[in-house]
Amino acid sequence: MPERITPLPPDRAAALAGAYGAAVAATRRRTWAGLAALVVLAGLAAQAAEVRPLVLAANLGRFTDYIAQILPHLTLANLPGDLAEWYWGWPKWLGLLGETLLMAYLGTLLGALGGFVLCFSAAANVAGSRTACFLVRRGLEFCRTVPEIVFALIFVIAFGLGPMVGVLALAIHTTGALGKLFSEVVENIDMKPVESLTAAGAGRIETLRFAVLPQVLSNFVSYGLLRFEINVRGAGVMGFVGAGGIGQELLVAIRNFYYADVSAILVLIILTVMAIDLGTERLRHGLLGGLR
Amino acid sequence: MKGPERDPAHLGPAEIAALRRRFPDSFRPAWRGRLLAVLALAGLVALAGYAMVRLDFSATRLLAGLGRLGEFSLLMLPPEAGGRAWTFLQALAETLGIAFIGTLTAALLAFPVAFLAARNVVPNPFVHFTVRRGLDVVRSVDVLIWALIWINVVGLGPFAGALAIACADFGALGKLFSEAVETVDGKAAEGVSASGGAELHRIRFGLIPAVLPVLGSQVLYFFESNTRSATIIGIVGAGGIGQYLSELIRVLELRQVAFLILMILVTVAVIDAVSGRLRRTLIGGAAR
Repeated sequence: MPERITPLPPDRAAALAGAYGAAVAATRRRTWAGLAALVVLAGLAAQAAEVRPLVLAANLGRFTDYIAQILPHLTLANLPGDLAEWYWGWPKWLGLLGETLLMAYLGTLLGALGGFVLCFSAAANVAGSRTACFLVRRGLEFCRTVPEIVFALIFVIAFGLGPMVGVLALAIHTTGALGKLFSEVVENIDMKPVESLTAAGAGRIETLRFAVLPQVLSNFVSYGLLRFEINVRGAGVMGFVGAGGIGQELLVAIRNFYYADVSAILVLIILTVMAIDLGTERLRHGLLGGLR
Repeated sequence: MKGPERDPAHLGPAEIAALRRRFPDSFRPAWRGRLLAVLALAGLVALAGYAMVRLDFSATRLLAGLGRLGEFSLLMLPPEAGGRAWTFLQALAETLGIAFIGTLTAALLAFPVAFLAARNVVPNPFVHFTVRRGLDVVRSVDVLIWALIWINVVGLGPFAGALAIACADFGALGKLFSEAVETVDGKAAEGVSASGGAELHRIRFGLIPAVLPVLGSQVLYFFESNTRSATIIGIVGAGGIGQYLSELIRVLELRQVAFLILMILVTVAVIDAVSGRLRRTLIGGAAR
């Protein structure tokens, strides 16, 4: 039984086609307007950032030259010897790399503690008072908007050079970032356990411990691990302002054109960061999967 | 008749004892879990202690530094521009320019590469593995390090900063984009293939309309975070407000430092608000 499609009356079809055409045209117009705005903004931004494509084109050769220069001279005939020469400073570099990792760890831990203590006051659903909630939120915003390097610059003058400064700077920035994320997790919890504990006469600490904490802990740890990844990168450049870690060696190598050292340290940093990324990703998946 | 018996408020000692006997596991403290938690905590604390020793933490230095920090914050008040407000505003515009052009370049570069790194576009595992690891390498080098490298190529100034942000974000955006492409609903793409579309048609009409809003919102998010990065890139000489910031901190012109920090805070808040609205429109448009 073949079904027949009855065509629409011509006037109705024309009206529909017209409406469709108009809708498509409106979308197109909006797309073009958006693109035009983007191009204008890009032009302004390029002006402000002194973008000089000609300089780039002229000097792009220098970029490839630079990459070629920092590559080590490795020959197959004398591989162990060349490797030893490339990594001539490995005991010092590995020590500094370890220091960098410890800085990231301690900064993350202290920052996570700070964020943990503050996040309950910043979450609208369990906050004690609205003024406190507002104040804590603004404070966290300040901590995460000011970049950690700026904190490090100021702290270096106040505390003196050294890795302690880097840890403090990382910790403050981490408090701001994790405090916000933690408080968002707390705002998304199921409120029924909280209500039942309150109804049973529990105090604030008890409510937080037995109704809120079990719901949020795995997310907290997952965010903490994510932040550790970010902080490893951050700790790597703390040395640029004298706040400890491997950054200082890298800065010296780049500024003084010790080409082979640049690549040696960069490869160390890249491998470490990639290993940490993979490790924390595994841990986070295990954690979220295991607790679900 | 049965009601009151089941009411927990009416459980007598005998019933509780019976329950204890029937479900012994629920009443026994979970020693194993507790032991593990305590061990994990002890490990964390021990490592933190080792780190503090290794990194020369000292209470005297900490206290002395805190005292000086208190003095500094008093010296920061009231913030003032010291007659250089116009210079600072120009530097701020430069900062925004660096962030914008850097993010845009990174997004344009990452867009095609992301499809190469996506499993549902390029089935060849060798290609997408290589592309992904390449992106990882680019991503794990910090913006400041990229800035130092680019300064060697195009000289000091904001252009090097823009290139640095473009490079660092190219890696990060490429990874995020390819994940977005991989998680897209494959039915539209299958439909295009089924009605005779070629591979490029499949990408253009089956994948791109679905991922574009997500990508757009990620780019906006990166622009927000790049406004922050662009403020510090001047510390190594790559333009923007960071140059003044590090200079003024070194010479302890703390009132001007406070002024600069306030300017950064306000700008970041404004950018966050604007791009947050844009992002919500983009994502809302996709859901509709």
